Amino acid sequence: MKELNTTTKNKPTSIDEEKRDFLFITTTGLAIAGGGAFAWSMIDTMNPSKDVLALSTTEVDLSPLEEGQSLTVMWRGKPIFIRHRSESEISSADNVSVEDLPHKESDESRVKNPKWLVVVGVCSHLGCVPLGQKIGDNKGEYGGWFCPCHGSHYDTSGRIRKGPAPLNLEIPPYEFVSDDIIRIG
Amino acid sequence: MDNQENKKVGVTGWIDKRLPVFTFINHNLRDYPTPKNLNYFWNFGSLAGITLVIMIVTGILLAMQYTANTDIAFDSVERIMRDVNNGWLLRYIHMNGASMFFIIVYIHMFRGLYYGSYKYPREILWMLGVVILLLMMATAFMGYVLPWGQMSFWGATVITNLFSAFPVIGDYIVTFLWGGFSVDNPTLSRFFVLHYLLPFAIVGVVALHLVALHQFGSNNPTGVDVKSSGDTIPFHPYYTVKDYFGLGVFLIVYAALVFFAPNFLGHPDNYIPANPLQTPAHIVPEWYFLPFYAILRAVPDKLTGVLLMFAAVLVLFLLPWLDKHKVRSATFRPFYKQFYWLFFINCIVLGWVGAMPAEGVYVLIARIASVYYFSFFLIIMPLLSRFEKVSELLPSSISAAVLSKKFDKDVNESYAK
Ligand code: HEM
Ligand code: FES
Repeated sequence: MKELNTTTKNKPTSIDEEKRDFLFITTTGLAIAGGGAFAWSMIDTMNPSKDVLALSTTEVDLSPLEEGQSLTVMWRGKPIFIRHRSESEISSADNVSVEDLPHKESDESRVKNPKWLVVVGVCSHLGCVPLGQKIGDNKGEYGGWFCPCHGSHYDTSGRIRKGPAPLNLEIPPYEFVSDDIIRIG
Repeated sequence: MDNQENKKVGVTGWIDKRLPVFTFINHNLRDYPTPKNLNYFWNFGSLAGITLVIMIVTGILLAMQYTANTDIAFDSVERIMRDVNNGWLLRYIHMNGASMFFIIVYIHMFRGLYYGSYKYPREILWMLGVVILLLMMATAFMGYVLPWGQMSFWGATVITNLFSAFPVIGDYIVTFLWGGFSVDNPTLSRFFVLHYLLPFAIVGVVALHLVALHQFGSNNPTGVDVKSSGDTIPFHPYYTVKDYFGLGVFLIVYAALVFFAPNFLGHPDNYIPANPLQTPAHIVPEWYFLPFYAILRAVPDKLTGVLLMFAAVLVLFLLPWLDKHKVRSATFRPFYKQFYWLFFINCIVLGWVGAMPAEGVYVLIARIASVYYFSFFLIIMPLLSRFEKVSELLPSSISAAVLSKKFDKDVNESYAK
């Protein structure tokens, strides 16, 4: 420090603290704002891109499905379970007291047409695909689906009845385009 | 007892006692005594380090979106440009970052060449720098192949074919590099893997570069050794602030390029997908390779051309032994200084002819410039080492140099009054 003073002898010796604080705060503030904007725009590249977001819609023709049969289609990389339910499956789903269910939803609120159940085939526990779509599959104790990963049982409305999963199978957004055709997404 | 001691210095103290990271930072970035007369050319080392970090960060993010397969590589890059959030920004930062990196490193090297920073005791420091340059060249070359455009493909073909110049083993080397009989999918996959790997090798060599630097500290514009603590100031805050200011200026230039002229330094042909059946009419490498490319084309013989091109970089390794003059800084070497500036212009000329068609007068210019390039190192430097006298103006110490400047100024000012 001493050496410095020899070369700055004729400069003002008092330091303008206020000016320093101002410079320090504006510089740091700008650096944080700029760095933050840069960091965010870079991190944002990892979010779903436009081609991924472009809502893929899937149209499904239901007419070939006989009563009791199931169909699995892909939507946004996930399986969608479509089941043409029989009268007995519908009534068993209806005849449950909603209050007794872990995730309280009536069958009515989960369908647009009671004959057709459309659910996302992803277990709400940790994401496995439950069994029950194919003939001979274990459909669980409630005749719907059974998740083999950690033993979750779903009923004929896709509602969780027993096992570690906390929620019912999710209903994807869909609508009937005509009597026999639905559009998912 | 022990506990009390730790309390005094807090968590940092507790950690530092066991893992002296804070002592390390303090030594190297705070108290670190640095010559007090460094000019702005000493900013370029820290700029290069920051650019390396920017390249690695943007590169890793690009690699998350890129696919190294000849069928989809080009489309995957176009997807980055169109569909990925801010993908255009990410790619333009990486693409132009490569150019900025080379500009910075070339200035950094010309600085060393001017102020004699490669001389005793900094020979290894300099040589590690040349290793970094070689690694950067390999990395940038392979990166340019990844988008799989026409320039990617034909650049890869031409550069790998350089090795076919070697007698007997040449063809085997080329087939080995390609992993096949032409530049194709195996080549692209290995280039991607190496392009990802080499920057981390660069980080390692940079670490060694810094260890070597801090062994003797920075050289300075007078080239005179630090003689006393009066010649130095602590790195922080003096040089942290100066580096920070330089970074701001650098980022303005870099951002201007990214936002206003992102393809200025690139070649439009690289937006045409690679076509192995058609070579573009005029194929040129990226600008930072042009001087070396000019040397390659100046020589009519294939093998000699290739050897001279490699020699143009490798000769830099010998610099500490070619220039044995006692004075470091060109400021105090009137003759060296002139040859130095001629050499600088000569490099620009080489870069310029490298971009011109290899015909007519351009070939002649390329030949003259190539001859001067090598003469500067192999003839002029050794001769000057022997015959250039040590200038009387050479200051006895850094402080003496700083003070005499100050003195002159003060005297002038007081006379003016
Ligand atoms: C030493 C630092 C580096 C240099 C000099 C460098 C240079 C380059 C160059 C010149 C390109 C071609 C730009 C274009 O035409 O699009 C490129 C592309 C690419 N680089 Fe790097 N790079 C470096 C570090 C990295 C790192 C660390 C990674 C990943 C870990 C990476 C990943 C990529 C990818 C995926 C591409 C292709 C995408 C594209 O073409 O935009 N780079 N690099
Ligand atoms: S994932 Fe279905 S039960 Fe665990």
